[in-house]
Amino acid sequence: MIEFEEVSYGYSGGGALLSDVSLKLAPGSFHFLTGPSGAGKTTLLKLCYGALVPTQGRATLFGADVRAMTRDDVAEARRRIGVVHQDVQFLDHMNVVENVALPLMVSGRTTDVQDIADLLEWVGLTGQTDALPPELSGGERQRAALARAVILSPEVILADEPTGNVDWEMSLRLLQLLVELNRMGKTVLIATHDMNLIRQAKAQVQARVLRISGGRVLLAGADL
Amino acid sequence: MRARLAPLFALIGGDAQADRVVPPTGFTANLTVFSSGAMAFLAVFALALSLATGRLAEQWGDALAQSSTIRVSAPEGQMDQQVIAVMDVLRTTPGVADARVLTDEEQRALLEPWFGPDLPLDTLPIPRLIEVIEEGDGYDPEGLRQRLAGEAPGAVLDDHTRWRDPLVRAANRLRMLGAISIVLIAATTGTIITLAANAALAANAQVIHVLRLVGARDSYIAGAFVRRFTLRALIGAFAGMLAGVIAILLLPSADVGGGFLTGLGFQGWHWALPFAIPLLAALVAFAATRRAANTTLRELS
Repeated sequence: MIEFEEVSYGYSGGGALLSDVSLKLAPGSFHFLTGPSGAGKTTLLKLCYGALVPTQGRATLFGADVRAMTRDDVAEARRRIGVVHQDVQFLDHMNVVENVALPLMVSGRTTDVQDIADLLEWVGLTGQTDALPPELSGGERQRAALARAVILSPEVILADEPTGNVDWEMSLRLLQLLVELNRMGKTVLIATHDMNLIRQAKAQVQARVLRISGGRVLLAGADL
Repeated sequence: MRARLAPLFALIGGDAQADRVVPPTGFTANLTVFSSGAMAFLAVFALALSLATGRLAEQWGDALAQSSTIRVSAPEGQMDQQVIAVMDVLRTTPGVADARVLTDEEQRALLEPWFGPDLPLDTLPIPRLIEVIEEGDGYDPEGLRQRLAGEAPGAVLDDHTRWRDPLVRAANRLRMLGAISIVLIAATTGTIITLAANAALAANAQVIHVLRLVGARDSYIAGAFVRRFTLRALIGAFAGMLAGVIAILLLPSADVGGGFLTGLGFQGWHWALPFAIPLLAALVAFAATRRAANTTLRELS
């Protein structure tokens, strides 16, 4: 599905942020990616959805080498990967429903209005359908982002610090939604430094915890 | 061919949803509409000027091409004989419709601007002038010259070639200048729209980022910008063209006294030509925005 073989990445003007990273996100798996701020969690996620190309090594998205992919290929791959950012990005001139339906719009697909209503109900945003993104709270924005990430029923969900700007109660709610998606067969990768969240998740689902340290990705041990 | 025109068909077909994803931006919208309108207004005048000057020069050329002059210079006593000989030659020359000797009054009128009204023509050795009117494709000037040399050695044929050629050249140059002006106007429009499109793309970098994040292809993102700028250019240019045509209509009607200035305008089917200007502006905007969008999207990768 998403596979890295000895992948390294460094931004121009700096050294390698990630070195010799090898990992495989198997279908239906649940992963946490942890590590201190600036360790490269967001960079690794960007490599996972083709926003960055490895400076060394080989990254494959759904069997295709990222280096050989055209921009259209990357766009197609992103329709199979739902992404939730910490600083959720919406089109501020469009309301919640339009933002959530954006992936449908850009891919030329249609869906039943009731399906979108059900999706918004699932994330608890039934009362905010006509609201503009700036009118939403942090938690509502995260849930709207999650709804947008899953509307095309992607195979993989990538979440970058999805609970970074919300309280603990909302964090648990978001985690619950991600666990539900995993139970539906979706592959989930969450980048977070919130150890409590990871512990909470491990009580509900079999999750692998990866830690970025010194540019390398390691499987976390018994401290979790 | 069909594949090449596909983006144009998609543009005409439109995509209301795609149009919604890019927020309307007042500054670039106004700039595009205004510049397209102003350029279309100027293009109408460039077109009118080019057509009018070309028409005028053609008229001059045609008028001179249908007539010529024979100047007979001969010693006193031989003048009448040579004039008669020239007229005899002209009567049997194919392509000559009519020929007549200018009267003393006509010759005096021709010379009056230089010598005043009291010119004593009969005391001066002034050549006789014969006006020749051509028909059909005209006569063979070289053949006529040779016959005149044999029958009336004092006769010199002036077929106005030396006057007509510069006019024909001027006509062609003026047409070319008009075409160059329209090309320059189109290029300027394209440049302004490219700048406006680049500004809009830069202002909407975040929108582009979000669209890419959710799987939008570059063609979809570019299409949203291209469609918007093309339609703005079309609307602006149509308004500018209408204003230009109205301004031309309000000019005084053509008359002989007004000469060139009152002849500035369109005649016959030429009135349809200004309506091609908005289409040209839309085509220029389409190409300019598409190029700008593709370049920006490539750079943002």
